[in-house]
Amino acid sequence: MSVAVIEGREERITLRMGAGGRSMRTLIQEVFIGNAAHAAHAASAASAALPATGVGLDAMDDGAALPLGDQFLVLTTDSHVIHPLFFPGGDIGRLAVAGTVNDLAMMGATEVLGLTCGVIVEEGFRRADLERIQRSMEGTCREAGTAIVTGDTKVMGKGELDGLVLNTAGAGLTDRVVRDSGLRPGDRLIVTGTMGDHGFAVLAARHGLDLEGDLASDVAPINGLVRAVLAAAGWGIAAMKDPTRGGLASALHEMAAKSGVGILLEEPRVPVTSAVRAASEMLGIDPLHVANEGKAVLGVRPEAVDRVLAALHAHPQGRAAAVVGVCNDDTRGRVVLDTGVGRRLLAEPEGELLPRIC
Amino acid sequence: MSARLPLVPAEAEQLRFRDPERARALAAGLERVTRAIGRSPGSPVSVMHVCGSHEQAIAKFGLRAVFPRELDVIMGPGCPVCITDLPEVDEAVALARQGVRIATYGDMLRVPGTMQSLADAQAEGARIEVVYSVAQAVDRARASSEELVFFATGFETTAVATAAALVADPPPNFSVLSAHKYIPPVMEIVAEMPQTRIEGFLAAGHAATITGWGIFEEFVERHRLPVVVAGFEPLDILAGLLKLVELIHDERAEVVNAFPRCVTKEGNLRAQELLWRVFRPTGGRWRGIAHVPNGNLRLREEWAERDARQRFAIQVEELWNYAPPALSQECICGDIMAGIAAPADCRLFGRECVPDSPVGACMVSSEGTCKIWHQYGGHPDLRVSPEPKGVGA
Repeated sequence: MSVAVIEGREERITLRMGAGGRSMRTLIQEVFIGNAAHAAHAASAASAALPATGVGLDAMDDGAALPLGDQFLVLTTDSHVIHPLFFPGGDIGRLAVAGTVNDLAMMGATEVLGLTCGVIVEEGFRRADLERIQRSMEGTCREAGTAIVTGDTKVMGKGELDGLVLNTAGAGLTDRVVRDSGLRPGDRLIVTGTMGDHGFAVLAARHGLDLEGDLASDVAPINGLVRAVLAAAGWGIAAMKDPTRGGLASALHEMAAKSGVGILLEEPRVPVTSAVRAASEMLGIDPLHVANEGKAVLGVRPEAVDRVLAALHAHPQGRAAAVVGVCNDDTRGRVVLDTGVGRRLLAEPEGELLPRIC
Repeated sequence: MSARLPLVPAEAEQLRFRDPERARALAAGLERVTRAIGRSPGSPVSVMHVCGSHEQAIAKFGLRAVFPRELDVIMGPGCPVCITDLPEVDEAVALARQGVRIATYGDMLRVPGTMQSLADAQAEGARIEVVYSVAQAVDRARASSEELVFFATGFETTAVATAAALVADPPPNFSVLSAHKYIPPVMEIVAEMPQTRIEGFLAAGHAATITGWGIFEEFVERHRLPVVVAGFEPLDILAGLLKLVELIHDERAEVVNAFPRCVTKEGNLRAQELLWRVFRPTGGRWRGIAHVPNGNLRLREEWAERDARQRFAIQVEELWNYAPPALSQECICGDIMAGIAAPADCRLFGRECVPDSPVGACMVSSEGTCKIWHQYGGHPDLRVSPEPKGVGA
C-alpha cells in the first residue's frame, strides 16, 4: 500500500517525477521555480532569475533567452542518462549534442555559438567506449555546425552511478525568440517527421525484442531544418517544441496549457513507420507517448502552412512532415485525439513506459 | 525472443478493420437503429460487454464519442484480475509468506488482498516470480527441484493453457493454485441482477473461439436477451453493436456470430476437451459481483497432486484478523464491475487511486475499467463536449 499517498503528500523523489509528464512539471514548479522566485523577491534582485523582456526559468521553455543588445542570447542545459549507452541509430554522445542543439533551435537560435560538456564516469568504465562516445559527439557537432568549447570530467566510485552521465549546455544568438506558448485558435500543428522512432528503438534494445523491420532512433541535430523553416515562414511560426520525453502527447499538452488553446490531433495524419506501429501494437505502448530526438512540432499560422510544408519537404530531415492537428478555443487546455473511427481525450504519459505484462 | 515477426501482411490486415469510412457508415447505422428503438438519453438502450479487451479497444479508439446518446455500452465483469476474490489473493499471499515460491502474471502482483498484495509480500522477502505464460512457469520449475506454485488466473482462454501445461507432464515440483474463472455463468448472474437494465450482451470473440458461439443459445433461451459475439478491432465492435441493437429493435432474442473469421458454433473441441479434463466448474465468489454458480474453475480430483490447495496447508486465517485500510472501503470496484457505476462516479478515481498507487483491483490490471479509463484520458465519453473542427475543415 502506498503510505505516502494516504498521508496526503509524497515526500521523496520518484522515477515518475523524471518522466517528462505532469509530475515532473509539478516538481520543477514547486522546488525550483517557487523557491527561486521567493529568494529573488527576498533579495530584491529579480533580474538574473527572471529577465524582464527575455525568457526565464518560470517559462519552463526549452531554454532561457537573455536580452543582449538588439538580440537574444539563448542558453540551455541538459543531462543525459540512457540505457543502453549504444542503441540502433545512435548513442549517448549523439543524444547529448543533438538534445542541446535542438533545444536552442526550438527557441529560434539555429546558429549554435558553442557547447559545453560535463562527463561523469563510473570507475571501471571501458576506455574504448568513452572514446567511441567522444567521436560520436564530435561527428554530431560537425553536423550541427558547432563544437564543444569547454568541458569537465569526473570519475566516481564503482556503484556511485550507472556507467556514464553527460551534461551538455549550449549558447546561441537569435533576433527573435520562438516560444512554446504562442498558439492561437486556428493555428495548425505540423510534425517534422515520423513519431516514436527513438523511444521504440531504445525500448527494443533494452528489452532484447527482435522485431522485423528497422527500428532505429531518429536522434539528430535539426537546427538546419529549423533554420530553413524560419527562413521560409518567419513570423508564420507561432510556436515550436521538440517532442522528447513524454512524446508528442506531452509536448501538445504543454503547448495547449501554456497557450490557453484546445488542440485536436488527428491520429491517422501522424506519420509513424510500420516498424514503430508494429512494436506499439505488440508492446501496448502508444507512439504518441514515446520520445523523439530529431523532430519538432511546429505551431503554424494558417496562411503560412503551405510555405512551411514546402520548406520541410525540400529538406532531407523533413520529408515525412505533415499537418497533424489544429488549435481551437472550444476545448481550452485539452488535447482531443481523433482516432479516425472515434474521439477521446489524449492522456499524458505518467511513469516509466514498460511493456505491458499480459 | 528468437523468432522474428513478419509485419506487413498482418498490419495491412489489421488496418482493414480500422477503416474510417466504414466506421462512419457503421456508426450512422448504429445511430439510426438506436433512434428507431425510441429512447431518450435519460433511459438509454443498455448493453453490456464482458471483456477487458473490448473496453480497451472502445477507449483506445474513442468509440464512445460516436455511440448514439441513447445507447449505453456498459463494461461488465470482464477483467479476470479484477474479479479474483480476496480469499484467492490471500491464499497466494499466505503460501508465499509460508516460504513457497510463487509464479504468476505481472498484473496479479499488486492486486490487494485482505492484508497484503503479492508485491507487499515480496517486499517482505517472499519469493514471487513474474511470468508471461504458464509454459514459462513450468520452465522455472524444471530449472530447480524446489516447489513452485503457479497462481493461475484468467478466463477459459488462459485456463486452457494451464490445462495443456498440466497434461504435458510438468516436473513433479510444479503445482497450480487455480483462480481461473468461467465467463458464461456470470452472464446469468448479471442478467438477473435487479439493478441492471441490460438488454443485450456483446460476447468476447477470443473466449468464443474456444467455447463456440453455440454455448450462448441456452442463455438466450432462458433470459430472452440477444447475444452478439464480436471481435476487437474498431469495425468488429461497431458491427457487433449494430447487430445487437438491431436484434433489440426487432425484439429477437438470438445468438449472432459477428466474428466468423475466428469463431465457429462448436468452438475449439480439442481445447474444450483439455479444459474439462483438467478443470471442473464450481461455485464461488467473484470479487464485487456475487457468488457465481459454476463460475470458478478448480482442478479435478484426478489432478489432486498438482493442486496447491491439496498439496499445501495454506494458512490464510492469520490474514483475516486485519482491518482493511480506510481508503479501500470507499472503493466502488464492485459496482463498476457489475456495470452499475462508472469510474467517474468514484471519489477516489484519478485522485487517491492512480495506476502507480491503486486502491482497487480495477486500477491495477490492464484489463480493469479504471486503469483503461485513466490511460485514455480519464473520461472516455466525449459526447457532451463541444465538437472541435478538424484540420480539413
